[in-house]
Amino acid sequence: MSGEASGNFLFGYIRFAHFSAGYVLSIGFLLRIYWALIGNARAMQIFWVPLWRKCFWREVYHEIRWYAFLTVESERSIGHNRLAQLAMFFMFTQTITFMVITGFALYGQGAGTDSWQYKLFGWVFSIWPNSQDVHTWHHLGLWVIVAFALVHIYAVVREDACRAGASLL
Amino acid sequence: MSGATETFYSVIRRQGMTRRSFHKFCSLTAASLGLGPLAASSIANALETKPRLPVIWLHGLECTCCSESFIRSAHPLIKDALLSMISLDYDDTIMAAAGHQAEAILEETRAKYKGRYVLAVEGNPPLNEGGMFCIDGGKPFVEKLRSMAEESMAIIAWGTCASWGCVQAAKPNPTGAAPIDKVITNKPIIKVPGCPPIAEVMSGLVTFITTFGKLPELDRQGRPSMFYSERIHDKCYRRSHFDAGQFVEEWDDEYARKGYCLYKMGCKGPTTYNASSALRWNGGVSFPIQSGHGGFGCSEDGFWDKGSFYDRLTTIKQFGIEENADQIGMAAAGVVGLTVAAHAAITAVKRMTHKPDRAPHKSKPS
Ligand code: HEM
Ligand code: SF4
Repeated sequence: MSGEASGNFLFGYIRFAHFSAGYVLSIGFLLRIYWALIGNARAMQIFWVPLWRKCFWREVYHEIRWYAFLTVESERSIGHNRLAQLAMFFMFTQTITFMVITGFALYGQGAGTDSWQYKLFGWVFSIWPNSQDVHTWHHLGLWVIVAFALVHIYAVVREDACRAGASLL
Repeated sequence: MSGATETFYSVIRRQGMTRRSFHKFCSLTAASLGLGPLAASSIANALETKPRLPVIWLHGLECTCCSESFIRSAHPLIKDALLSMISLDYDDTIMAAAGHQAEAILEETRAKYKGRYVLAVEGNPPLNEGGMFCIDGGKPFVEKLRSMAEESMAIIAWGTCASWGCVQAAKPNPTGAAPIDKVITNKPIIKVPGCPPIAEVMSGLVTFITTFGKLPELDRQGRPSMFYSERIHDKCYRRSHFDAGQFVEEWDDEYARKGYCLYKMGCKGPTTYNASSALRWNGGVSFPIQSGHGGFGCSEDGFWDKGSFYDRLTTIKQFGIEENADQIGMAAAGVVGLTVAAHAAITAVKRMTHKPDRAPHKSKPS
């Protein structure tokens, strides 16, 4: 990147893209929460995990056995199976929530301490007074999402391939 | 000891300071406090009429860089007058009195200005082994701190030691050094972090309290917002290179000579609240980024424990290993990726070998 600083804005555009995507993600996520509230029972699945129910764990156990090739019967139900629901809640819902909160807190630092972002999310810096830590955890969140996406996409493709022919298991 | 009605102005006149340089000092301070031009005259007025603020300056576990920074401020009046004014009360490093005489002054101020003096603390108390790692006047420093804090109006925690703990509190912190707010919990504490803090910030704060007779507005971390509400990054003169995507890639490369942004060299400016880029040190001479080195983040909590000064990605110790986010993330993604691949392979094999005897009736209708 050569030339005068005034003639370039590469990193500025990268940051702009990140923040715009962040806003789209956050608004989409809010809509998703709204849908969970007004939608059908399955719309709630990724926000609501009945960890205290015995039958939930029985189904999770069954699903683990299914993915471990130990049983041939899969719980076929509409929506997520119990294991998927567990993964969605802990890996996706919570991570996205965390990313949105820490993201807006970091955004508030740039926007200034009197910005609404800082007023709403500045409490993050009471947990981590040094915002370097917030950067670190926000960065680690990226990798949680990468790992989640790998498994998620694989599970979807596999499900499709296996179910389509209904030939396996 | 001086009389109770003595003003700051009378002290500095006695020191031989001219009225002219007194007014220069007032304008400079007004500017550094972010106040308008009219404020200079109210500062002057306050310093001429209000009884001067008694300040007791204690030194705990520290390196005295705060005091060193203080005496290198832009205006000579600050070091000459403010320091001698402070030393009228108590500052064991620079006062003339020593030994029992000095300890007597401490007791006298404590009694005479009960609830009216400001306790400035440079450094912090170590708490392990009953505080014996820092003995001051024959007693653990923490005891002196507690007793002086009791009758004070407010406490100024000078520097990163007093504010956050700094190097002596870095892991594994053998002496149990603790920032002031972990020890004193019932007094207002103003944190003035920095290793060292900037001289103008220090004198500005003392002047503010004298002039307005109240403590300045503090932010979430207990720092005066007028000096700590913006990050170095927000006012850095290399910021246009950051936005342009022009970074120093290696020490001494062409970009370093061109003065590009030091982000990739680990600059902590984006995560450091301090006035360094605006006020600088040593009478406005320089600050790390101006000398071609990234910001250290010295005014931030636990800056010694955040890994290398030369990497933006700092080590994460919570998992019992010392890796940065990318190393941990890539390892995790690698494990997950391999697992997925293995699982896919087994699925494919199963599918081929089991095809004949797996009839569609096995799966329930959806
Ligand atoms: C899946 C969601 C997200 C991912 C994967 C992600 C990823 C990242 C990464 C890897 C960084 C660099 C961190 C570092 O300094 O090491 C970053 C910085 C940042 N992110 Fe996000 N982010 C996400 C969501 C958001 C959201 C919703 C916002 C809010 C607007 C946001 C705002 C920011 C800000 C302000 C920074 C600091 C930029 C700077 O220092 O210039 N992020 N993000
Ligand atoms: S040198 Fe540091 S503070 Fe300055 S713009 Fe670059 S990253 Fe920000």
